[in-house]
Amino acid sequence: MKAIGIILAGGNSERLKSLCKVRAIAAMPVASSYRAIDFALSNMSNSSINKVAVITQYNSRSLQDHLSSAKWWDLDRKEGGLYIFTPFLSSDNNFWFRGVADSIYQNISFLQRSHEPYVVIASGEAVYKMDYQKLLDYHIEKGADITIVTKNADEAGKDPHDYGVVTYDEDMKLTGFEEKPIEPKGNDISLGIYVISRPLLIKLLENAIPKGYYDFVKDIILRNKNHLNIYGYRFDGYWNTLNSVEAYMQTNMDFLKPEILAELKSEPYITTKPSDDPPAKLNSTAEVKNSIIGTGTIIDGSVSNSVLFRKVTVSEGATVNNSIIMKSSYIGKGCVIENAIIDKEAVISDGKQVIGSADDPIVITKGQVI
Amino acid sequence: MQKKEMMAMLLAGGQGSRLGILTMDKAKPAVAFGGKYRIIDFPMSNCVNSGVDTVGVLTQYQPLTLNQHIGIGVPWDLDTRNGGVSILAPHQTEGEKGEWYSGTANAIYQNIDYIDANKPEYVLILSGDHIYKMDYAAMLKFHKQNNCDVTIAVLEVTMEEASRFGIMNADENDKIYEFEEKPANPKSNLASMGIYIFTWSKLREALIEDNKIHADSDFGKHIIPSMLNKGMTLYAYRFKDYWKDVGTIESYWAANMELIRTLPEFNLYEDFWKIYTNSNLQPPMYAGANSEIKTSIVSEGCQVDGKVVHSVLSKNVTIEEGAVIKDSIVMEGCHIGKNVVLDRCIIDQNTVIGDNVVVGAGDNVPNEAKPAIYNTGITVIGSNTTVPDGIEIGKNCVIYGKTTADNYTDSKLPSGQNVVILEEAI
Repeated sequence: MKAIGIILAGGNSERLKSLCKVRAIAAMPVASSYRAIDFALSNMSNSSINKVAVITQYNSRSLQDHLSSAKWWDLDRKEGGLYIFTPFLSSDNNFWFRGVADSIYQNISFLQRSHEPYVVIASGEAVYKMDYQKLLDYHIEKGADITIVTKNADEAGKDPHDYGVVTYDEDMKLTGFEEKPIEPKGNDISLGIYVISRPLLIKLLENAIPKGYYDFVKDIILRNKNHLNIYGYRFDGYWNTLNSVEAYMQTNMDFLKPEILAELKSEPYITTKPSDDPPAKLNSTAEVKNSIIGTGTIIDGSVSNSVLFRKVTVSEGATVNNSIIMKSSYIGKGCVIENAIIDKEAVISDGKQVIGSADDPIVITKGQVI
Repeated sequence: MQKKEMMAMLLAGGQGSRLGILTMDKAKPAVAFGGKYRIIDFPMSNCVNSGVDTVGVLTQYQPLTLNQHIGIGVPWDLDTRNGGVSILAPHQTEGEKGEWYSGTANAIYQNIDYIDANKPEYVLILSGDHIYKMDYAAMLKFHKQNNCDVTIAVLEVTMEEASRFGIMNADENDKIYEFEEKPANPKSNLASMGIYIFTWSKLREALIEDNKIHADSDFGKHIIPSMLNKGMTLYAYRFKDYWKDVGTIESYWAANMELIRTLPEFNLYEDFWKIYTNSNLQPPMYAGANSEIKTSIVSEGCQVDGKVVHSVLSKNVTIEEGAVIKDSIVMEGCHIGKNVVLDRCIIDQNTVIGDNVVVGAGDNVPNEAKPAIYNTGITVIGSNTTVPDGIEIGKNCVIYGKTTADNYTDSKLPSGQNVVILEEAI
């Protein structure tokens, strides 16, 4: 094995409103069957990276159940396998993770004790299918010190002002990197996925953290960009990150598009902890159009342009349009649900209406009864 | 190995020949049921839900699908260090050539060493042929309360049906005094379900003894009668819930169709007695903009762009635009082409039905080769089969293999006829 993996799953976002109050972003349910972190984890194992650390901090409990066994990603290995790192107290450290670089540094023994030459660092909060092995081959071929994965902002449907903007020369060698620039010089945004050699990462961390530099982009990449060979790698596949209610809605709705659904359904598969629900059941009055339906869901009403998770009930006469309904939520008789995100275990009583606007979906909190 | 109070031996080696082409390439317990499940999932899940964590699965006929399905038992949490699931195939023995399992009891006899290694007090004998939910722990409690040597689970059937079953004649306390196999004039309506709890020491002795007399030692024919003759204590344990034998094409089809009712008698949606299966690595199911799905169950990974009514779809089935699926069962990984019409048929796994194919047309003519198996109008298309574009297929037909237009006359297969293409063994 040429590389070990680090998945960054520590974050939360104000912009996810109540969705993120009860879970880390990496634990956000996606496309009916999955949680966000399934994508990075499956990408790792599908790329033959068999030693993977997940670094968590914010509401790490929301990930614990999901990661309680690593076998769903073939990471229940005797050699390597899955490591979960949360902040802890010890005689010489009593800090929370003070930044991404610090979160890796606090677990530096994971790097020191490995013997694989490279490290793939990936975000656990993005939804995408990527062959890290190809990325690794590219990194080696370029003779790069660090490779940064980027994507065209228009293609990704993102505003470059909100992301790290990368510029490079015709050989893909980095010429500039600006975090959330006021005047972006390019249109390629960083996806927060990096390859770096393991000894170099250890060295850079050891030079930064004791001096109080805790951020990965600013203190590890930008600080060293003039004396390191940094290359960009353009990713063409589907990618979205779950950093706001709008992005969350968009990501789920994207799976209703045939080409994106086909990408998700193609091999190698994204895998997840199985849930053992029976098949979805559509009764005689059900009407379902352009929607994804999770297992164990029972439908008597009508559902269109929506993503329904597992064990949802849509009662007779209810209509659900352009909405996301999470696990075990109940939609009563005659309800109207439109442009809504209904978090799990919510109950919408008979005849109630939950209607948001197309550009500002209404969010119903986990367990809320209406 | 750690001592087990009760372990299970699951007989999964039978062909189930009345299921016709469905069991051509897999044993009956491996046949799909209820969308995402296989028949063996029901007794396997009953075991783990009852706290039985040591299960020997005896395979013989076409075990590949079964072996892949069970693996090391992960879906049932039977991948344990202690106990867990073991696949027990017939094997060679020292000095002899080894032999096939020649009877239900003979199969257990050949695995006495495996049972001994787990040091159980009781052994639960199951078959992988039925759809039901049952708490074997409650049955064990009954066995112990009555100081039984054998407890036999029974179902109360009608007196008319009774002559098709092994019938237990029992006293007012359900203590069995006589056993009759398919009696012409039944004295009781307590039908054996083929589920037994034996006190292991007693069964062990009986197996060894009977093996000397019968080369095809069988529980119903030999072991139970001989234990009765010896005056051992046998009790009937009445089971009152849902139990379905899915041994024929018609009963298999009907049991699947029961699940699509608004309130099915057999409830798969309860959390406290889940049925586990090897699955869920599939993406969710997608209903297209022009789809119409009513009164059906649809499993993960399906993509439906056509119309599906009164049907059961297993995992990863694709139904293209314009297709109409009615009263049918479509198994894992099938691809149903554009404008196809399926009416009352069963399509086994990984089969491709070309565009504009019609299945289930014409009159109800029984199958010419196997009229006893295919006679209720249901056409069965086997696994890994191809049906080319534009073929019209009648009722009670059987199709198997990679068929081409040349295999059909005028692009038609009249009711009751077959196209079966068996590839040469490599």
